Amino acid sequence: MINYAMVIDTTACIGCGDCVVACKNENHVPAGLNRDWVVEETRGEYPHLYTEFRSERCNHCGHATCVTNCPTGASHYWKDTNIVLVASEKCTGCKACIAACPYDARLIMHPQGYIDKCTFCHHRLEQGLDPACVSTCPTGCMYFGIMNDPDSHVSRLLRSRIHKTLLPETGNIPNVYYLV
Amino acid sequence: MVEELLVTARYNAKVDPSLAIWSWEIPVYLFLGGLTAGIMCFAAYAVLAHKAADMPFTHDRFALWAPVVLSVGMTALFLDLEHKLYIFRFYTSFEPASPMSWGAWILVLVYPLMVLQTFSTLRRGYPALAGWIERLPFGPEVLNLSEKFRRPVAALVIPMAVSLGIYTGVLLSAFSARPFWNTGLLGPLFLVSGLSTAAALALIGVRLDREKHFFTRTDITLIGIELTLIALLIINLSTGAAQQLEAVNLILGGEYTVPFWLWFVLPGLLVPVVLETFELRGIRSSSLATSLLVLYGGFMLRYLTVELGQISTWTDYAIQFDPQLLLRLTH
Repeated sequence: MINYAMVIDTTACIGCGDCVVACKNENHVPAGLNRDWVVEETRGEYPHLYTEFRSERCNHCGHATCVTNCPTGASHYWKDTNIVLVASEKCTGCKACIAACPYDARLIMHPQGYIDKCTFCHHRLEQGLDPACVSTCPTGCMYFGIMNDPDSHVSRLLRSRIHKTLLPETGNIPNVYYLV
Repeated sequence: MVEELLVTARYNAKVDPSLAIWSWEIPVYLFLGGLTAGIMCFAAYAVLAHKAADMPFTHDRFALWAPVVLSVGMTALFLDLEHKLYIFRFYTSFEPASPMSWGAWILVLVYPLMVLQTFSTLRRGYPALAGWIERLPFGPEVLNLSEKFRRPVAALVIPMAVSLGIYTGVLLSAFSARPFWNTGLLGPLFLVSGLSTAAALALIGVRLDREKHFFTRTDITLIGIELTLIALLIINLSTGAAQQLEAVNLILGGEYTVPFWLWFVLPGLLVPVVLETFELRGIRSSSLATSLLVLYGGFMLRYLTVELGQISTWTDYAIQFDPQLLLRLTH
């Protein structure tokens, strides 16, 4: 199985939101809906404050509870990878996957009604391209690659830098990593 | 101090600012599904225990309400779907890890059993309806068949109805992402509540004192078990991890304290159990009002549970994007 991962350097991210715009353009995400978003987290007491920007999206979990809870098989792993997709022609819009996602990363496609989400731009991966958000990032703080290849850029970054994932305690095995 | 705020817009409908994917439709379905399970169980019990004389309503008239109630519930379920035309997709695969898939297939098994169970009661319980069916092609044969296999059908109905009742709770408890739901007690709690509401519904229809006495006594026991399960649920959550503590605090001092205790537990469980106890001791009150309170309690249990699960979450951004701000741009 190919384990794709996204690695985002929070020390280089400036929170410009270009990743969000790139995603909307690339995937024609309708107005008012978002597959990715940027969070600014500030910790500490003034004047000792620490701020990090995080570009967040679906974590394409190794144990995706949205896939296990889907009653029709619409939510599925793409080919032999950890990329979680929704087959719109199998989706009833029951919203079980939305309830099952601890990251609230899914949305109801308007006006059609099927459930939609980040796809890690798998259509671009097939052409050998990075996801749109990664390609667009003006500070170059986003990386994409294969985790089970020890020589990939993402593997080397995760070996050499302190990193974290969001809510690993859910047991979902998230695959978006943040360098801190 | 930790402050998290969204730099870019994130206002996905029904997901932000807090989850609101399931409105009245799902609680209505969960309530009516549980009620159906209860009706089927009692009607099957009356047949298996040879109670034709002691419990004529349950034996011959109660079963008809199961398909009526479940069909209303299924309509609510259909209304909730966002991608309605694809409803047939529930039946193009079976996903063993998904309780909703189990539910969809349980309903397929329950419906024919429920129809057979109902048909077997029509000639004695609803002769006019039976007469109408007998005029249809194969009508008499179907009625004969259902009567011939009345006991084996009743024996199959019990495990299927119990599965239906439990699944309505497991459906919610399988979501580890929603701390308030993530407890194994929801399955038994919804089953017992379903049985209790069915007993209350029966009390509206029964005329024989013996039968009334049976349901009153049974309902007191069921409400007692329900209260115990609610206590266990609270103990379970309040001895859990941070997310579960936060979830249970919603009803222990948090914003859902008044709705939970004052609008559900008090009028939906405590008041009817007291009235039913008085009833057994010969102090008569309005049994219709008591039944309606139990039914109201059954619905409130589902409604509040669905709400509480959606509010309790792992992800909570302190400051949300306010779409109202966009309106200012146009002025």
